[in-house]
Amino acid sequence: MTIHFVVHDEGDSVGVVVVEGLKAGSRINGWIMDQDKMIEFDAKSDIPIGHKLAIKPIKSGDTIVKYGVDIGRAVATIGAGEHLHVHNVKTKRW
Amino acid sequence: MGINLKGASFEGWRRENGRMGVRNHVIILPVDDLSNAAAEAVANNIKGAMAIPHAYGRLQFGADLDLHFRTLIGTGCNPNVAGVVVIGIEPGWTGKIVEGIAKSGTPVEGFAIEQNGDINTIANASRAAYRLVKHASRLKKTKADLTELWVSTKCGESDTTSGLASCPTVGNAFDKLWENGNTLVFGETSEITGGEHLVAARCRTPEVASQFMAMFNRYQRMIEANKTNDLSESQPTKGNIEGGLTTIEEKALGNITKIGKKCLVDGVLDKAEEPTGPGLWFMDSSSAAAEMVTLCAASGYAVHFFPTGQGNVIGNPILPVIKLTANPRTQRTMSEHIDVDVTGLLQKRINMDEAGEALLDCMLRTADGELTAAELLGHREFSLTRLYESA
Repeated sequence: MTIHFVVHDEGDSVGVVVVEGLKAGSRINGWIMDQDKMIEFDAKSDIPIGHKLAIKPIKSGDTIVKYGVDIGRAVATIGAGEHLHVHNVKTKRW
Repeated sequence: MGINLKGASFEGWRRENGRMGVRNHVIILPVDDLSNAAAEAVANNIKGAMAIPHAYGRLQFGADLDLHFRTLIGTGCNPNVAGVVVIGIEPGWTGKIVEGIAKSGTPVEGFAIEQNGDINTIANASRAAYRLVKHASRLKKTKADLTELWVSTKCGESDTTSGLASCPTVGNAFDKLWENGNTLVFGETSEITGGEHLVAARCRTPEVASQFMAMFNRYQRMIEANKTNDLSESQPTKGNIEGGLTTIEEKALGNITKIGKKCLVDGVLDKAEEPTGPGLWFMDSSSAAAEMVTLCAASGYAVHFFPTGQGNVIGNPILPVIKLTANPRTQRTMSEHIDVDVTGLLQKRINMDEAGEALLDCMLRTADGELTAAELLGHREFSLTRLYESA
């Protein structure tokens, strides 16, 4: 079975796409590494390899969690399964 | 699989100061930008001699000048170097670098261009390079315990696969090497932003933690004082963003997985400072790949682990750089740059211990003389770190 995205920890807000050419509407398999669990999801955007999808609904201003740690803040609403990147998330530093 | 590090060995060259090297380079080292042409001419004359041109060395002062000297002297003293020809525009600073390298016992000769001109300097320095290459070619390899191998790490053109897989592979190998008693280093002070609390918690003592935090906070103040925006496209870089990394915090959390899960930070180093004992050291350093790897070489490290996501192509003149990637697109499109393919981690085809062992196996082969991708492709990036403007 192909793993389409990987999540570091089950408490995280995001997963990372690890296959090329992922299209919106695809049913995708995710591997949660730390708990070694599989989940299924629907991709809502075309997402390039290495880029992230939200795995829970996120409101503007919410903290984004990856590796179980704060990696920045949302600056827009992001639906579960949507592409999450520099257009909707910014650093809290600098 | 299953590498037993206890009792493992490699064959390299025992240097006059007792250190073990895994390469046998004779380098032509310019003191300053003006001496690059002569250095390159000498390397062209004498086969087996390698010029290391660079951009600096004039009108530097204070701590910035100290770092310049420390980096060039450290490069000459690196155990992968068998002999050095130093060429400078004038004899004063040339002599200072010759003297610094000579203390390690490595054969070194210096030449100054003023009052000689390039042509006579090149002739005299070529004769010295001839002698040194002849000497180096006669040196025999000897066997040494693996604990004598100093290993550095820094990642580059990172993406999200770096934090998921290639950096943790280095962490797995570092945990094993640290338990084995090897001398290790990581750094990239700015690229710990967002994970500094995690590194501080891994420091062996409160004193080491406070030294680390002082270095971290100083770097943050430098960034705050000079920034004109949130540093997006500089840190994370355009390549990082293309690879899916969104913020410095995300990049940093991936970066620091290179120090594994078990090893403790035993001490901190200034840039290009030589460690005083085994263990894991943190070096206060630039996060730019060539600058950091150059500093590792100047500190005396003999082999380097370089995880990449999007495909950084870096090498170093004297330090073999072993590159690994977990990104299947990078492995597909740039495989000639990759020494260890750990893409299988992301599809659960291999586990982290197997990936770590593949890296350690490559490290042992490299230490025994197998050339890295960067060496085969002629990557010799040598970048000096500057602290501020020249006088």
